[in-house]
Parts: sequence; C-alpha cells; structure tokens
Amino acid sequence: MLYREAGQFKASYQEDSQIFPIRQDRVGFIALLAFFFLIVPMVASQYWLQAILTPVLIFSLAALGLNILTGYAGQLSLGSAAFMAVGAFATYNFMLRIDGMPFLMAILLGGLSAAAVGILFGLPSLRIKGFYLAVATLAAQFFIVWVLVKFPWFSNYSSSGVITAQEINILGYAFNTPESKYLLTLLVVTVLALAAKNMVRSTTGRKWMAVRDMDVAAEVIGIRLMRTKLQAFAVSSFYCGVAGALYAYTYLGTVEPEGFNLTLSFQILFMIIIGGVGSILGSFLGAAFIVLLPVFLNIVLHSFVGAALPPGFGSNLELMIFGGLIIFFLIVEPHGMARLWQIGKEKLRLWPFPH
Amino acid sequence: MTFFFEVLIGGLLSGVLYALVALGFVLIFKASGVFNFAQGAMVFFAALTFVGFTEVLPGWTGMEPGSGGVFWLSFALALMSMVVLGIATEKVVLRPLVNQPPITLFMATIGLTFFIEGLVQAIWGNTARGLSLGISDEPVMWMLDEFDMMISKFDLIAAGIALVLFVVLALLFQYTRVGRALRAVADDHQAALSVGIPLKHIWAIVWGVAGFVALIAGLIWGARNGVQFALTFTALKALPVLILGGFTSVPGAIIGGLIIGASEKLAEIYLGPFVGGGIESWFPYILAMLFLLVRPEGLFGEKHIDRV
Amino acid sequence: MERKFGEVVIDLQNISLSFGGVKALTNISFDVRKHEIRAIIGPNGAGKSSMLNVINGVYHPQEGRIVFNGQERREMEPYMAASQGISRTFQNIALFKGMTVLDNIMTGRHMKMNCGLLSHMLHWGRAQKEEIEHRKKVEEVIDFLEIQSIRKTPVGRLPYGLQKRVELARALAAEPELLLLDEPMAGMNVEEKQDMCRFILDVNDQFGTTIVLIEHDMGVVMDISDRVVVLDYGKKIGDGTPDEVKSNPDVIAAYLGTSH
Repeated sequence: MLYREAGQFKASYQEDSQIFPIRQDRVGFIALLAFFFLIVPMVASQYWLQAILTPVLIFSLAALGLNILTGYAGQLSLGSAAFMAVGAFATYNFMLRIDGMPFLMAILLGGLSAAAVGILFGLPSLRIKGFYLAVATLAAQFFIVWVLVKFPWFSNYSSSGVITAQEINILGYAFNTPESKYLLTLLVVTVLALAAKNMVRSTTGRKWMAVRDMDVAAEVIGIRLMRTKLQAFAVSSFYCGVAGALYAYTYLGTVEPEGFNLTLSFQILFMIIIGGVGSILGSFLGAAFIVLLPVFLNIVLHSFVGAALPPGFGSNLELMIFGGLIIFFLIVEPHGMARLWQIGKEKLRLWPFPH
Repeated sequence: MTFFFEVLIGGLLSGVLYALVALGFVLIFKASGVFNFAQGAMVFFAALTFVGFTEVLPGWTGMEPGSGGVFWLSFALALMSMVVLGIATEKVVLRPLVNQPPITLFMATIGLTFFIEGLVQAIWGNTARGLSLGISDEPVMWMLDEFDMMISKFDLIAAGIALVLFVVLALLFQYTRVGRALRAVADDHQAALSVGIPLKHIWAIVWGVAGFVALIAGLIWGARNGVQFALTFTALKALPVLILGGFTSVPGAIIGGLIIGASEKLAEIYLGPFVGGGIESWFPYILAMLFLLVRPEGLFGEKHIDRV
Repeated sequence: MERKFGEVVIDLQNISLSFGGVKALTNISFDVRKHEIRAIIGPNGAGKSSMLNVINGVYHPQEGRIVFNGQERREMEPYMAASQGISRTFQNIALFKGMTVLDNIMTGRHMKMNCGLLSHMLHWGRAQKEEIEHRKKVEEVIDFLEIQSIRKTPVGRLPYGLQKRVELARALAAEPELLLLDEPMAGMNVEEKQDMCRFILDVNDQFGTTIVLIEHDMGVVMDISDRVVVLDYGKKIGDGTPDEVKSNPDVIAAYLGTSH
C-alpha cells in the first residue's frame, strides 16, 4: 500500500527518464546507500567487511563489466578473469614504476590497459558471433595468463609470480583497515555502477542493445557495428580491469596470474546468469549470491553433518549446486534474480488490492 | 629432419585424440543444434566412472583385480552410466530449453559441465588415479630401428582405435536406418518430424552415442595422462578443433584435430624456446581465433548469408 | 490531381546481383524522383527485397551504378546509407525485441546525437539536454503514429500490426529523405491496412519524404503510388504510372493475370 506510483505525474521528459522514476524507489536507494556507507562500517565485523562485503562489491563490478558486454551488447565472453588480471598487474606496475603515482590514477590506468587489451581480443567479434566468439575469448583467457606468468617483468621478477599490492595511500590517508578498504571499494563501485546505469539508458546503451537484438537492423539504421562492439569490449574490459585492481589491492593483497583462471571467468558468467543478464541490479544480486552460497553451505554442512564427510565433498556439492542453479535459472527465469525482484515490486504495487 | 617428423607424427597422433572429443560435440550439434560445452566433462565423467568401477568391482564380486572380467564389466557399467547421463541431460536440461536461443543452450551446458564435474567427484572422490589399458607406452621398435624415430606405441594404438571408431560411426550413419534418420534430423528438424521420424528417440540415441565416444576418449586420455580434473582442460582443446573444422562436419573434426595436434606440438618445439615455453596452453586457441578472422565458417562449414 | 515531382533523388543503373551463381537481379534500371511514392511489385522471389537491400547497401551488386543525390556510390555500407538519409523497414519485422517502444524509436535518432561515451557516463548537462531534445522529436513521431499508450511497452509484447507501426516510427525518427518500406502492410487486416496507408500518405505529404515501397496488395499499390516498377525473376518487365502498368501486357501475363 505504501509502494504506489499513483499521484506521481511526470511533467517533463527529464523527470520521466530518471533512474528511479518512482519516488519510493528513489528514497529507498538513498537509504540503501546511506546504510552501506554509514551504518555498515560501524556495525559489521572485520570478517564480514573483509571476507564478504568487499569481495561481493568487487565481483559485482566484474559482473557489471561482463554484463555490459554480454547482457547489453550481446557478445558472450569466457575471458573476464583475464581482463581482471590485466587490470591488477597493470595497476601494480604503474604504482611500482612511476614515482608518486596516485592510487586512483593507477587504477584508472589499469582499467584503461585492460580496455586496450579488450579491444584487441574484441576484434574477432567483427566477424564471428555466438559460441564461435566465446571460444575466441578463451584465447584471451589462456594467452593473457600465460604472458603474465612467462614474462617476469610483469610481476617485478618475483620468483613465484606473486605480486604484493603496495599500500594504498590517497592524499596522505592510508587505507589499511578493513573498514577503509571496504569504503574505498564501495565508493569506486558505486560511481562506476551509476556510470554504467547512465550509459545503458543513453544512446550508447541503446546502440549496444540494438546490436545485441538484431545486428543487421542496427547496421541499417546507421549503427557502426565495429565501433559499437569494440566500444562494448573496451568498456567491459575497463570495468573488469578496475575490478581486478581492487581484487588485488583492497581484497587479497597478494595475487598471482593463475588466480585469474578460467574458473573465475565462469564464476563471473554465473553471476550474471543467476543475477540477471542485461541488468545492473542483477550484477550485484548475482555476485552476492555466488560469494555467499559457499559460505552458507559451509555453515550448513558443518553444523549438520560435521566432519564425517569425505574431503572435497563441500566443493563438489558447490559445483553441483552452481551448475544446477544455472540450468534452473535458464529454464525457469532466464532474466535471473533481477527479474524476480521486478516481479515482486509489480505485485507490491498492486497489493493489497490487486483488482 | 627425423626429429621434425617425430614431433609431427606425435602431434598428429594426439590430434586424433582431440578429434575424438570433438566428434562428440559434432554429433550432438548436428542432431540437436546444441553446442554441448559439457562434452569435456562427459569425458572426465566416463573415465572416472570406469576407474571407479574397476576399483570397487573386485570387492563387490570377488573378481580378480585387474582381470579382463573387471575391465569389461567396468566398461559396460561405465557405458551404461554414460547413456543414462546422456538421456537424463537430454530430458532434464535440453528439452525444457527447446526453441531458446542457441546461446542460452550453450550457457546451460556450461552449467551442466559444473554439475557433472561435481557429481562424478562426489561419487568417486577427488584423488587423481592412474588408468591402465594394458598397452605399454614404449617406442615402436622397428620405427626406432628403421627411421631412428621415437613414436609411442600407445599413441599409435590409441589413434588406431579412434580411427576404427570414426569409420564405424561413418558407416552407421551412412548405411543404417537410424543413421539416415539422424542425417534427416540434422538437416531439418521440422521436415524430419513431418515424415514421421521420432525426434525424441533420435536425440536419445545421439546422446547415447556421444556418451560412448566420450567413454572411449576418456579411457585413452585417462590412460595417457591419468584420470584427474585436468582432463577437462584437455577436452577444452576440442573447441579450437571445432572452430577449424566447423561444428557440423565429422571429417572437419578429424582434420581440425590433426591440424591442432600437429601445429601445437611443432609450435611448442620450434617457437616455444624463444618465448619461454608452455605455449601449448594457448596456441590452439589463438590459431583458431586467427583462423576465424580469415574464414569464419570453418574449413568445412557452409558460408552463411544473412537474410533480412 | 496532378502532383509535381522534383529532380531524380536516386538513379539505379543496370544493377545486377547474384549469390554464388544464382541471379537475383539482372540489369535493372529505374529512378526515383523527389517526393514521389514509388512502388516495386512482382511475384514472390522476383527480387524486390534484394532491390531494397541494394539501395541501402546491405547487398553489393556485382554490376551497375547507384547515383544518390547526384553522387555515385560504389562500395556502399548500410550505415553510410543511413547517414545520407535513407531509412527503411523490413519484411519480417526487425525491431530490437529486448527494448521498449520508446527506446526503439530513440535508437532511430542516434545519427543525430553527438554526445560521447564519457558524457553519457555522467548523464549530466549536455548529454541530458541532448537526450531530452531528441525525446521531444521522438514524441512527435509517437503522436503522429498514434502510439502514445504503448511507449513504455517492450516491443516483443506488442501485436504484429503495432510492431509494424513502431518499426515505421523508428525509421521516421531519423527524419529520412528517402524511406524504404518492405511490405509495410503484409499480414494486416483491412483496418490496419487503411491506417498504414494513411500514415504513408501523410508522411509523404507532410514531411515531403520520398518513399520506395514493396507491397503485395495490388489495390493498395495502385491507389497510393505515383509510379510502379514491376519485377519478375529478377528482371524489370514494366515501369510507369499505375494505369500504364495495369495495361502493360507483359505485366498482365507475368503477374496480374495469374493472381487476380
């Protein structure tokens, strides 16, 4: 009953094209931001901030990147983790090799490096689509990780290939507590998520979706397919690259190239399938789900079954549940959790008088 | 020069094995239009199930461990598991997704991949096993004597088994009623249905055959590299093979497999040292990608004209 | 009623097109004058759609010349045709199924929007102003085609007749000089056809848009078009006013005689 749009009339196109046209949504969104920026850092435990909330945010960003490419522009990629690796290692090297490099600038440059590599591996999309392209993106996955392993310059000749992130210092303030790292991550992710939302509701996003829905028609109304696809690859890789840099700097602290493997790429793909293909909100829901499920499973298994299980059973169960859920969502709700949320809202709009 | 041929032949022989995995993809793609990413997981499932049965059967039945009886009974049980898995996949996963865009089906088979990998390891455990087919991996003596070449006997026999399988399948498709029906289905689902071909049976048969091919591939690969999770990555190499050969062509799968196998070995030996080695991990994919830029439809695929 | 037509907008000279040995069009020439409604008719497989695809660069003819606004074009790409003011609709509706009606039509205006990626990310100032400015134009098209009530509906949920109308709206949003319509009335009932006829005539009248259309319904073609080209088996067998075409013996033999 509280959630109504009755009586809210749009008098200008500007009002009509807001991100949240319904007033209650706007209020809710601001409350949500306030909660995550102000309340959470005060009440959440270190474990939650460090091991759950920060990775959820980082994976949301990576999923957002993949969603831009796959969900909006319709180009399936199986190499997201590799672009995260480019972002992480490029940021590391910018920090390492340029004196006085500001951290945010390094992250930006890291993202741009990933974008450049993304354009390179996006080139085949001009001639191929669908699973042909998916296989071509596997080339990016294996090649990039190989390059980072085989050329020790990238990891500053560390014997194991592992890089240790430098301390983050912005304008004299050191981000070395879980709270500060969480807040920094939250800020970057919020800004980029809003930017993504803005892109997809403007001409840029409409061109992507046009290419996704029907490329021949898109071309006929004057959309340059090449430019649009490569742009999607660049933006997507930028997001993944920044996510990779955050992964190294605000989450793990030390990363190695093999950490950005095919499994991670698949996990990001699963996030968008479960969360919602072609949905900004879905990227967040999917990331939260995929990060939380193992934690939840672990707790359940330990409290009910205990130590009687064979080793690795938990991880196998996880594989089965992930796989099963993917199939379930594709069959039952191909638009993922974001669509379920939307349906819920529409029901709420009518509640309690559905007629 | 001898060394070159040694590498080349070694590459070609492993290429035959890539082709074997690729064949499973092609069969399913032809019959149901599904790009079955899970074919690699099926290979792993088959190999692990076989090994699992060889381990437990002696305890259950009192047969001599490592005896022929255990081998063939395990083989039969693994084959049955593959058929059940294939039919279950067709019923539970693919049938509800009929008429969805191909890319959705593709993603569903990625989900299936994870499910199968989890399932088979949950049943048989996560440890890596060895698998013996009773063929020793030694050089063929007369090749060593005559040409001074080290050609593995195991590879040669494995390639021989694969080739026999190719020929048998080709004959089945060409000359049997089921084969004809299958080709009709591959050509046009609607038309095949309308002349009374039972689509469901055909799909079940195809998934069964694909399971059989996966089992053979799993046994050979497993005997060569051990039965472990990494097997799924080997199976992934079948993807560039398909790109080269085209998704719908059995000869394409074979020739694509030979090209990938030979070129990755040659590249590793002759290019690898210049860039630090290990390029086998990506070379087939980059090769396939570059190839796509030149010929997007594959070696044997049909050229596609967009209609508006 | 005598209408005055301007100079030749597009001149097709000796166009031949084949797909791997199969001849789709053989040596076809005709022109389209400013402000006229030019129909292309012919039996199934006569090459009508191929002709439109040649005009806006989807297909590249092996032989012949296309002169558009006095400029000869050789290697033509669809986006170039669009940037020179050619819009079209498709025989089998080619809307962007995942987008709303409004977004579909807004996409039609993208050629006229200049803001780049970065200003879109901010969606502030210039980008927002531009978006709203073009929204106004789009709303004019929406009003013109009387589809106000469905503007926020995803196009996939619309009935066929309305989808056709949305597709026309998208083409009109680009404010084209030359509008190509591929069977705009196929599969419609009589009322929908009448509506569509009215829209086509209004577009032609109010905006002065030159129109090339393919249509099966002979009655409609003869009523609304100024000149008609008749194709059969990829060859031109007639060209002229509806009356001239109707009395052309070749046309009667190949087409009219057999169908009605």
